[in-house]
Amino acid sequence: MTTVNETAVEVVDLATTTLRELNQRLHDLAGGAPGSRHWRVLNPSGAHAIACGIDAEIEVEIEGHAGYYCAGMNKFATVRVHGNASTGLAENIMSGTVIVEGNASQSVAATGRGGLVVVNGDASARCGISMKGVDIVVRGSVGHMSAFMAQTGRLVVCGDAGDALGDSIYEARLYVRGRVAGLGADCIEKELRDEHVAELRELLARAGVDDADPSEFRRYGSARQLYTFKIDNVSAY
Amino acid sequence: MSDLPPNLRESYLYDRTVIAEIQRAAREGLYDIRGFGAKRKLPHFDDLLFLGASISRYPLEGYRERCGTEVTLGTRFAKKPLELKIPVTIAGMSFGALSAPAKEALGRGATEVGTSTTTGDGGMTPEEREHSKTLVYQLLPSRYGMNPDDLRRADAIEVVVGQGAKPGGGGMLLGHKISDRVAAMRNLPKGIDQRSASRHPDWTGPDDLEIKIGELREITDWEKPIFVKVGATRTYYDVQLAVKAGADVIVVDGMQGGTAATQDVFIEHVGIPTLPAIPLAVQALQELGMHRQVQLIVSGGIRTGADVAKALALGADAVSIGVAALIAMGDNSPEHDAGYREIGSAAGYYDDYQAGRDPTGISTQDEELAARFDPELGGRRIANYLRVLTLEAQTLARACGKSHVHNLEPEDLVALTIEASLMTGVPLAGMRLGLLDEIAERVAARLADR
Repeated sequence: MTTVNETAVEVVDLATTTLRELNQRLHDLAGGAPGSRHWRVLNPSGAHAIACGIDAEIEVEIEGHAGYYCAGMNKFATVRVHGNASTGLAENIMSGTVIVEGNASQSVAATGRGGLVVVNGDASARCGISMKGVDIVVRGSVGHMSAFMAQTGRLVVCGDAGDALGDSIYEARLYVRGRVAGLGADCIEKELRDEHVAELRELLARAGVDDADPSEFRRYGSARQLYTFKIDNVSAY
Repeated sequence: MSDLPPNLRESYLYDRTVIAEIQRAAREGLYDIRGFGAKRKLPHFDDLLFLGASISRYPLEGYRERCGTEVTLGTRFAKKPLELKIPVTIAGMSFGALSAPAKEALGRGATEVGTSTTTGDGGMTPEEREHSKTLVYQLLPSRYGMNPDDLRRADAIEVVVGQGAKPGGGGMLLGHKISDRVAAMRNLPKGIDQRSASRHPDWTGPDDLEIKIGELREITDWEKPIFVKVGATRTYYDVQLAVKAGADVIVVDGMQGGTAATQDVFIEHVGIPTLPAIPLAVQALQELGMHRQVQLIVSGGIRTGADVAKALALGADAVSIGVAALIAMGDNSPEHDAGYREIGSAAGYYDDYQAGRDPTGISTQDEELAARFDPELGGRRIANYLRVLTLEAQTLARACGKSHVHNLEPEDLVALTIEASLMTGVPLAGMRLGLLDEIAERVAARLADR
């Protein structure tokens, strides 16, 4: 089934092809193996685990809504969902770019270790939970407990953030343009300095967001008070 | 005690360990965190005996008639099930909790006797992969070091929902064990107290777990067996839900299971012992028609070949060892007693794995201490110990007339205590046949009279 024409667009219709076959064909491209570099997936119909585990510099367009764990553990690929995505979009992403044109459900880019995840609509609760180096840009708003235990990486929210933003955060940097309903334990607002504006401008540009002024954002991060357990902080636990 | 006058009586309720703990709590204002497993007396495999063969059962000849020990794990869905030569595996222990040479030794020992070892809450190290022929890669709530390359490099994947020492609790690694290498593997600042989440970040409940397992299978092209590990609590329900979620193998870790760092109150007061957990798990599997289709691994307090054989007789397919493996490598050895005393402990009592000052070099990230540990010697000891466990289990199985350790069955066992009997359904030794039925009939008759 693998084509040797690397410029042709490979179209896979999930109404007639199994998810297993799609993912296997995408995995077969690992390590620079020959095959098409541009894929279109038709009729995703909310299937789970679409295009997960890719390890190749390819582009995948998903023409509809995706279920759980779309583009999970992605390496190198650019995966674009022309619809909404369910829980765990791009979970543990290593590199590459994952873009959702609509909204995304809970745990966007959970534990992601690299790459960029862009949600052009809103993201639900726990966006960026335990993030470990991924960059996330959300054009809309994020739900409660976003960036919970976020370790490293950057989360940019052009809209509002729900309750308990950045609870138990480590070294990740959070930027929110709108209202923050509340900060979680050990998360504080920090000064937005020039280097942060520059970093934000670069992130917004990479995400294709051209209608947001970086200076309008506020920066949040760790107060680093919970890094070592102290009984005096017991009310925070 | 001998130098005290005989009229002094220590309180059972407030013995010296209780007094010391109350006073420590009052001094420090913080709960006690320690390693090891539950230390309290619990119903265990010691409360069961094998009946052995006599006139009504034929034994097999020791040393002459074969008693198989091999086990295949992951036959339900995985393209490449694990083929192990013995039914004893090494449980998950993290690099971070253990030193790199200790992890290497576990891999060496397991490989030598043809069994598997397991990563832990800290990712896979190259040394561990290199020295482990069969390596199970854990997917934990923290996902430290998690990456698709290691998933594909692994021989099986274990989704860790909980562990026996702390069902419902997350991992813990205190700051002094977060060395540069550990910090880098976990994407954390060096030297901070690392308290892992207790819930997975991207799934909640059995329906999500099913989808998560589906994703892991897709990422690894359905090659790897997927284990689900739970701490023993509501074991009957957990096992049924894990089967429903698509597990190939279920690991049930009883409350005696070890830990590198957990609150003492958690270790001693949460979960159920290994002994009652096995029949609950087996019942759950049997009712679904999945016993032996989905393999059951049991851990928590496996010390001897007798424990192995009894766990198998109750219906487990394999067992896992953690604390016993550390002890086999030299943990708590009298030869290190002086070192233990320097840090306020003693050989036979040491449980401060969280502190990272282990004089054996096993549970530490201190390079000087870790350098004391010889991974080749450690590996040899692990291999020796695993061989002894296997030989002992075979000896017992042959005595019961079994040509494979998996042919052991509850019928080969009797219980020494009423508790163990009720927990396992194994009859009390010497109990008259039919007595339980008579009691049940009498109770039913009484109730009917009311």
